[in-house]
Parts: sequence; structure tokens; C-alpha cells
Amino acid sequence: MNKQSSAGNRGPGVKSDCYVELELLPYGGIETELTSKVKALYGESIKRLANEILEDFGIKNAKLNIEDSGALDFVLAARIEAAIKKIVDTNHEYLLPVIEENKSVSAKDQFRFSRLYLPGNSPKLMINAGIHYPNGIILDLEDSVAPDKKFEARFIVRNALRAVNFYGAERMVRINQIPEGLDDLRYLIPHHVNLILVPKAEEAEDILQVNEVIDILKKEHGINHPIWLMPIIESAKGVMHAYEIASAAGNVASLAIGLEDYTADIGTRRTNKGDESFFARSMVVNAARAAGIQPIDSVFSDVSDMEALAKNVQTSKGLGFDGMGCIHPRQIAVIHENFAPGEAEIEKAKKIVLAFKEAEAKGLGVVSLGSKMIDPPVVKRAQNTIELAINMGKLDKNWGNG
Amino acid sequence: MALLRQIQTKKKMKKYDKLVKNAAGRIVPTIINGEEHIAFKGVKKHKPDGRKYAPQIASCIDYPDDGNKQLASLKEALIKAGLKDGMTISTHHHFRNGDLITNQIFDIAKELGVKDLRWYPSASFPCQEHLIPYLEDGTINRIEGSMNGPLGKFASEGKMKGLAVLRSHGGRYQAIQDGEVQIDIAVIAAPTADMFGNANGVDGPAACGLLGFALGDSQYADKVIVVTDNIVPFPCIPWQIHGNYVDYVVKVDKVGLPEKIISGTTQITKSPDRLLIAEMTAKFCEATGLIYDGFSYQAGAGGTALSIGNYFGDILRKNNWKASFIRAGSNEYPVKLLEEGYVKYILDGQTFDLEGVRSMRENPNHVNTSPFTSYNYHGKGNFASMVDVVVLGATEVDVNFNANVVTHSDGYLLHGIGGWQNCLFSKCTILPIPLFRDRIPVVVDEVTTLCGPGELIDVIVTERGIAINPRRTDLIEKARHSGLPIKTIEELKEEAEAICGVPKKPELEDEIVAVIKWVDGTIIDSVRKVKS
Repeated sequence: MNKQSSAGNRGPGVKSDCYVELELLPYGGIETELTSKVKALYGESIKRLANEILEDFGIKNAKLNIEDSGALDFVLAARIEAAIKKIVDTNHEYLLPVIEENKSVSAKDQFRFSRLYLPGNSPKLMINAGIHYPNGIILDLEDSVAPDKKFEARFIVRNALRAVNFYGAERMVRINQIPEGLDDLRYLIPHHVNLILVPKAEEAEDILQVNEVIDILKKEHGINHPIWLMPIIESAKGVMHAYEIASAAGNVASLAIGLEDYTADIGTRRTNKGDESFFARSMVVNAARAAGIQPIDSVFSDVSDMEALAKNVQTSKGLGFDGMGCIHPRQIAVIHENFAPGEAEIEKAKKIVLAFKEAEAKGLGVVSLGSKMIDPPVVKRAQNTIELAINMGKLDKNWGNG
Repeated sequence: MALLRQIQTKKKMKKYDKLVKNAAGRIVPTIINGEEHIAFKGVKKHKPDGRKYAPQIASCIDYPDDGNKQLASLKEALIKAGLKDGMTISTHHHFRNGDLITNQIFDIAKELGVKDLRWYPSASFPCQEHLIPYLEDGTINRIEGSMNGPLGKFASEGKMKGLAVLRSHGGRYQAIQDGEVQIDIAVIAAPTADMFGNANGVDGPAACGLLGFALGDSQYADKVIVVTDNIVPFPCIPWQIHGNYVDYVVKVDKVGLPEKIISGTTQITKSPDRLLIAEMTAKFCEATGLIYDGFSYQAGAGGTALSIGNYFGDILRKNNWKASFIRAGSNEYPVKLLEEGYVKYILDGQTFDLEGVRSMRENPNHVNTSPFTSYNYHGKGNFASMVDVVVLGATEVDVNFNANVVTHSDGYLLHGIGGWQNCLFSKCTILPIPLFRDRIPVVVDEVTTLCGPGELIDVIVTERGIAINPRRTDLIEKARHSGLPIKTIEELKEEAEAICGVPKKPELEDEIVAVIKWVDGTIIDSVRKVKS
């Protein structure tokens, strides 16, 4: 096996990251070199951590160079471990403690209006992701990670799941395409991930394979909390199998569409108007609804145009979607604002819910508003709207008592 | 005093002496570069008496009756002004990083073999890195003024011959007025001037808006040289600098680089984290009633400050309110509010872009100001204390709300004070800052260098929460039901440490390399040499 390795990022513009070079030696003990602009403040603590990790892996003789650009411990530890594992064959892991906030469990039908994509090998974007309060954060191991960085990204993502406070956002990870993505799961399932995005899902079998590995890992690590799946439909074949995928397993919570790959697959290009993807989007909405799960729209990629984003969200909501992806934190508020029920919608929902309560109190089987009969699904939707409005601070939770 | 100074510059003196603990608990020298100084006594405690300093009496019979004071070169002007060892040379920073004149002054001094000059700029910029060899060979003994970037690093490493003295814009004017600093030669680079020395900043190829920072220099220096690349026939209107104070006028090919006069930090930030801080700041001001019809504010030129100004604008538009005035640092954003009618006046201390320059030239409600009007400790009041809301930056804030703007947590002196200390006297001072920068906590136990006492700092807004100074019970009460994340400053510090780890204090030498002056001329803190 090779005796030298490196991991991480360096160079101008690199922040909150580090680059480590490791060389295993036959003798001479551990020699750690550190360059860092925070050396005066954290130099000792960085060296202490590095030595602890080397010792943890039983490495006694080595030269370790760290070029630090303000990396937090979870990044330093991930980079050093990745460098070690490139040249040492071991299943041992150096795990940071799981912070209390990251032990939270998510519900199958919780709101997923916004989910913020974070490239899995870019720790700088992870640290402040939660302060923008997306419903979910996605640590991405797939398309936003260069092929030669996929290996080390897994350690960053695993450590982030344990140590980065995302302030209540659902912790999601997009794994690589099946079957490669199955190997990612070992770095995620034991580390309090809430939801796995399965890219380029084309048939129910993809989902079953993912679940098979998840079940083994859950058993191995004694995990009882649910781990949800969000398959992403990104091809013509996936669209044709959408319902089969959506209903493949009980832990499929949402079905998403990825339009960049889909439009390429059908031999066209994505436009803002979106005529080319109308069928696919509608298929995904229908498949998800038929399976009783959430349909989730693609990302909107022009991060500077908030007006176009707002229109896009309104269209998306109009088609029946329950949420969409974002690639920039400033998109979150626009997405929430436009997925949120409007005033007229809330007022109407209030009337329906009150009529339902009244009918219930009177023991009536039929709900009516004025002269109109209200069907049960309409009541259900009104209840959802009210819950949403309360959750988004648009309606007082004691609205029905006054 | 002047005699004492001469004696002491002749013999080899200590850079500083007589250390005392000041009212803020900081150890500071009271003899600096051979002159006596007073240690900080507390906010609003020090009041010198006597009469203001005055320059030598001039007589108009010594000046040409036709008013033509033009000389052929800056060198000739400096020689005629009597440039010699130990003099104090002042410059202004309205050209920012596009200044071409300061370096030439000291090139000439070097050529003439003049030594031990004191450079008294209103601020320094990276373009003046050129002066480092002159600081090394003793042409320049020391800088008294802000030190940014390379010059700050040079001073931090203890390489300057004299001790650096950092003053705020107001402190600089205070020192000029009470004679603490006596300027021998003021060189005023001007975008436009006439042969008599009337000058302004609104016209000419190097237009920079105004020349307010040079105003005191023109009034109090013994000799005043105006340098321009745009001579206009008498009279130069407006005359922001009066030719009646000016000894010599010099025309050069180019006085400044326009593209660098426009400051780099005049764009609204695109960073989502900073935008969040800006948005939280505006929401805080709205929720606590700090913004109202007729309020006034100051928002500086940094990316975060600019976007706060933008959010303030949104609130004014939404309510159809008018701000009574903005104290600026102006650029296109406040100008837009002025032109839309949401702001009645801009009282402008320095102009950061060409829109600001245009507006000042064309709009009588865009008024040029100076430290005399705004930051004037020896005046009968000043504008800065009348402003409702001021937003400022900081490199560090501690749990007692004390703040630092000059050094970084590793001890390096990298920024000037600017008008920062003077602005603290507003009705509400808010520091919108990130909780940490690249692992370096901004909210700390104790600031590395004390620039602003906590009693003057009201609110800290970070991306992870807002801390209100416990002295501001009114704001605490008003923010209680705002829905904003109000935390204690200790909670913020702990949150920073939970994310970044507890930082070690940097090891600094005992040797002092610079002192920080308070607005009244007393010494509030010392800056120590960094370990090499």
C-alpha cells in the first residue's frame, strides 16, 4: 500500500477547510507541521486533535502536514481520517460526539417546503446553513462533489451529521446513484441522518436495494428511529415508473423531480416556462398523491432572480407540489412565503374547519358551509392549511378560541 | 511645549515611559515620543482648559496681490514651506487607495535628506506601503493616524522608530485644536483648485466629493500647500477649502487614481449570512421603534452597513416616512433615498462613489460636513450625538460590550479607528457582526484592544442572536415580544465557543508599539508587539 496521502482543500478562497498530507514512516515518532491563520488561537488544540486521531488509529510513526484555513474540529478530523484511510486499511472510525440537537427524529409528513443543497465536500457552506432556517438541509455526496473527492466527502458529511448544529432543519443526505450510493449508507445511517435522497431512481428495485442496506445497518447499530427516503425522478424511465417508486416502501416520504437531468434525458433543454417538463412534473405529483406522499419540485437555478423564483414557486404550488429544492439560502424565505397559504386561503380554511367542528359537535355526518356540502378531502385540506398557517406564524394557534 | 518637543527630538528619547493603569483598567504610557499625555479617565470625564492652539500670524502683504500662489513643483513648495527634520506633515485620505501625493511628499523628503518626520494622515491606505523604507531609514519617525494593512503590520512588529498614535477622525481634530499636534506643513491634494488656493472635491478628473478631513489642517497648519491636477480660473466654486489659508498651489499631472478613489466596499453584500445580519438589524430597529417618521441614521460603507441602509429604505417606503437626515459616508444607495424623497438631507463626511459625488455637486440637500461639524470634541456640541441609530463594525466585542476596531484577535494592528469612536455617542449604537469569522470568535471574554467602552455600545446583532446592553432596559423591554432571537452577550460568547472551540489568548510581547486615543485626547489603551 502507498505510504503517502492527502485530503482536503487549499489555496486562495478556501475557508473553513484544511489540506492535510500524511506520510507513514518506519520510525521517528509523530511529527506534526501546522500552518494556520488561527495558529495563535487554536494551534495547540489543532495539534492535540491531530495527535489524538493518529493515536486512535494506532499510527506511531508519521509526518503530518496541516495547511489550515480556519477549519473547525469536525473538518480537521474528517480530513485527517480520510488521509489515513487512503493508505491504511481499517474499519475503525474516529467519531466526534453527537450534539444533542442532532439527535432529533423527523416525521414522515413533516413540512418539506425548502431543502437547501450543500455540497458534501464544502464544509464552509455547512456551518451557517441552519441559521437560514430551511425545512431541510441536504448534504450532497452526488453531483456537487468531484469524482476524486467522493471518498473524502463521506467523512465530512458523516462528521457534519454528528457535530454541526443545523438548528432544527431535517438532516438529509443525497447519496450517489445506485448501486454506488449503497456504499455511502454506512457513513450515514448510524449517524442520525433523517432522510436519504435517492438520485436517478428508475424503478422500485432501487428503493428496495437502499432499504435492504439500511435495514442491515439499523440492526447492526441498534437503530430504531425512522429513516425516510426521497427518491428523485430524473429520467423518462423514472417518470414512467413514478407511482411504482413512490409506493415501493412505507418509508418513502416524498417523491422529488430533478429537471436538469430529466430534460437532458428526453433530448431537450430546461426553460423557465417549463412546457417541456409539464408531463413529468404532473406525473410526479400524481404518483406521489396516489401513494399518499409529498410531491417535491426541482431546484430553481437563477439565484439572483427572486421575482422569477417567486413565480416559479407559485406555478409549482399550482401544479400540486409541496416543496422545492434550493441552492442558495436567500431562496428559502421566498419559497416559504410562496408555498405558504395566502390570506384568502386561510380565511376559507378557517370557515371550513369551524363548520367541521360544529358538525362534529352536533353529531352530524355531513359538513356544510352555507348551502354547500363539504367533502371530507376538502376538510382535510383545510386542516392542513390551518396547521401550515400556524406553523409559519401566519395564524395564532388559538385562533378558534376567540 | 514646542521647546520641550524640540529638545526631546534632539536627544535620543524613549518611545514611551511612565506606565499607569487608566480608568478602563488598561496599562498605558503617559509619556509618548517625549511628550506628556493623559490616561483615559472615563467617558465624558476629561475637559482641558485654556485656549485653543493657533497657527502663526500671517500677513497678506507676504502674499502676491494678484492672488497667484502657484509654484512649479511640490518639491519647490515643500522647500519654501521650510521642510526640515522633526516636522509634522499632514495629509487627508479622501482619495483613499488612489492617493498619489503622499508618497511623493516623502520621496522628496528622502531626496532632501530630511529625517524624523511625523506623518499625520487622516487615514492611511495600502497604496502607502511605499513609505515602509522611509519608516525603516528614519525619514519618517512615526505615523500618528490610522494604520491599515501593511503599515499596521509594520507597526505591530515593533519596527517603527517612534510610537504609533491612533486617533479617531474626531480625535485628530481635537488634537489639532488643542495643540496636542501642531502641523508644520499640511499638503492638501484637491481634485479642483484655483491659483489662490480655493479648492473643492466635487469637480475634476479625481473628484472625490468633499475635502472635510483637510479642513482643520488648512486652518491650523503653519504652512498649507494645495496640490491639484485641475486648475480653474479664480474663483473655484464651491470653495470647500478657502484659499485664504493656503500658502502655495502646485499643479501636477495627476493627483489621484479615480478608479481607486471609489472604495471597494461600496456594493451591497451578496453573502447570505451578512444579509441575514443586516435584515435582523433592520427588524430590530423596526420592532423597537428606533425607526420612525423623522428619524436619523448613519450607515457606513461596508457591505453589511449598506444593506442595512437598504432595509431602512424599505421600511421608510413601506410606511411612507421620511428620515430627517442620514449622516454618511454616501454612495448610490443613500443618494437614491434622497432623490426618492425618503430622506430630507444627507450630511456627508466622505463620498464613496461617483453617484455620491454627482449628488453632492447637484443637490443642495446633500451637504458636505467635516469633523468640525460632526465629531468635534472641542466644539459647542456636534452632530454625531444627535443621530438616532448608528451601525458600526468591530473586530471584537467582549462580554462587557467593549469593542475593538483596530487589532485582530492575534494582536495585529490592521485597521484605523476612523469616525467609529465619535459615532458611539449617537442615541443608539448597534454593531452588526458575525459571531465568528473563519473560526475566530468575534464575541470574546475581553477585547484585545479597547477602542470603545461598553457603556456606549447598545446592541450587538449576530446571525445567531441579538444581545442588548443591560443598561438599555428600554430596548430590552421593547424587544421582548418582537419574536427576534434576543440572547445575553454571555450566551452569544458561549455559542461562539461551542462552535469554534475556546480560543487561547495570543502571546504578545510586553513592548508597546502603539497607543489608542479616546475622543478627548486621553489614552484608552496600548497595542503590544506581536511575537515573531
